[in-house]
Amino acid sequence: MDWLSPTEWNAVALSLRVSFWATVASLPFALIAAHVLARKEFVGKQLFNGIVHLPLILPPVVTGYLLLITFSVQAPVGYALSQIGIVFAFRWTGAALAAAIMAFPLMVRAIRLSIEAVDPKLEEAAATLGASRAWVYLTVTLPMILPGIIAGSILAFAKAMGEFGATITFVSNIPGQTQTLPSAVYAFLQVPGAEKSALKLVVISIIIAMGALLLSEALARRAARRIGTA
Amino acid sequence: MSLSVSLKHRFDGFALDAAFEAPRGITMLYGRSGSGKTTIVNALAGLLRPDAGRITTEGSVLFDSKTGVDLPPHRRQIGYIFQEGRLFPHLTVRQNLKYGRWFVPKGAPLEDMDRIVDMLGIGALLDRRPGRLSGGEKQRVAIGRALLCSPRLILADEPLAALDDARKEEILPYFERLRDALDIPILYVSHAGSEVARLATTLVVVENGRIARQGDAATLLSDPSVTPFGASAAGVILQARVQAQMEDGITEVTSGGQTLLLPQVPAPIGASVRIRIEAQDVMIATTRPTDISALNILPATVAALRMGEGPGVLVQLKAGENLLLARITRRSATALSLREGTPVYAVLKAVSVPRDAIGDTRHA
Repeated sequence: MDWLSPTEWNAVALSLRVSFWATVASLPFALIAAHVLARKEFVGKQLFNGIVHLPLILPPVVTGYLLLITFSVQAPVGYALSQIGIVFAFRWTGAALAAAIMAFPLMVRAIRLSIEAVDPKLEEAAATLGASRAWVYLTVTLPMILPGIIAGSILAFAKAMGEFGATITFVSNIPGQTQTLPSAVYAFLQVPGAEKSALKLVVISIIIAMGALLLSEALARRAARRIGTA
Repeated sequence: MSLSVSLKHRFDGFALDAAFEAPRGITMLYGRSGSGKTTIVNALAGLLRPDAGRITTEGSVLFDSKTGVDLPPHRRQIGYIFQEGRLFPHLTVRQNLKYGRWFVPKGAPLEDMDRIVDMLGIGALLDRRPGRLSGGEKQRVAIGRALLCSPRLILADEPLAALDDARKEEILPYFERLRDALDIPILYVSHAGSEVARLATTLVVVENGRIARQGDAATLLSDPSVTPFGASAAGVILQARVQAQMEDGITEVTSGGQTLLLPQVPAPIGASVRIRIEAQDVMIATTRPTDISALNILPATVAALRMGEGPGVLVQLKAGENLLLARITRRSATALSLREGTPVYAVLKAVSVPRDAIGDTRHA
């Protein structure tokens, strides 16, 4: 990888790692939140919906600041977690947490739409054929919402790759530690003569984003063809 | 091998209070939409929890509000055939058929898949997905899927209602085969008189959440005081045996000790068939008519008369061992001075036995 300097390469690798873990770790929570929003009726549902969507509408700097005052080692939550060895502030894990929270609403929205499209009558039919609730979920619900899960995950991954405001506010911009691809582009643009480095990262950014989009479209189309909706 | 149901349920100003028995064969749950049929079926399947009641099949309790038994749907072993098929779109036909088998309790008898596939004629569809099947094909697969989960009871909730007439004709014979071949009760919900006439062994008439009548289908349908389909659609079902196929396209059958001539019945000699004779297609004469185009003129006696509110009278006739219904006007009944015991002739036109009411009952 001669054509990328170690700093540039670090930024790309870190961004991929941060985005991958942000996507994987938020998927189970997104599935639960989407299920609750699509299927359950309860007092305070609108409030819950609002909280899930908050990162989408708040300025990213505000989200980053809220994360900082919650998870810094001085804050109660951050201190408690640090006692069991989990530290987010100024670590790559913090970048992953920030990216996960920023991407969460997008993932939930995509999965929620796909759950709402599943006919509960099919799940009833599966139950009459002998499937318990867990089996109904695994053999009917999950396969049918797979296109939504794929689309939501790739959307979340792309959002995580591009996340800047909350990340830089929460975990700063430490090369090799928390300097993700967008943070690195920003840093290069602050230094005279580093435009070439910035441009390389911009091109890589575009390639990853386009690749993710095309992959998502292709996978979703394939999954949709499988369930006969396309 | 029988299903026993008693249910009480109340919702949105509607009260259901029903108790009935469904023996082997097809028990028709007949009634208008909104009479509570689907509520009953959903309570049987465990998709709806009734306020009170008891449901048992073959001695095992599915629901009992007194002892608190309420088996969840997946533990009831019921083969539910839905109106819209409800096939899984992400699975092939083969996977749909096998779906219920994954969950059959250990030790329970497994239906032979090849036999069911053959019987329903869906061998060529096994690798297709439901999205590409016709309505009739989908419903055949849905029947197969329900049979293959080793059910103790089959529920069919208006399984033909979403199909056009040609498709209905395609599916009806399969239900006739199930009726004659299965040892388990089949509860079939319908509001179509023709399906009742063709399929029912037992009839349960539901009206406003209550059971208006229940019993043997042939007996109930020939009773002029029941007419579950309204007097204008009253009629009887007769069991008949094919005696001869004639060159001019007429089939000779015997029923209740009398001979009937029908337009060609596609069944071999010796086969048992069900025929439906509608009350409005039966005329009554006090002397044997001659020079008349009707082929079937049966000596009979008047068994019962029922005056309607309008100008019509429903007359029950005993012809041989069979009971027939005739719908005539009050004026004719007076002119012929019909009363119980009057000897008459029942005149039925050969064409009055519509082809779609000729059910083929093969005895396996």
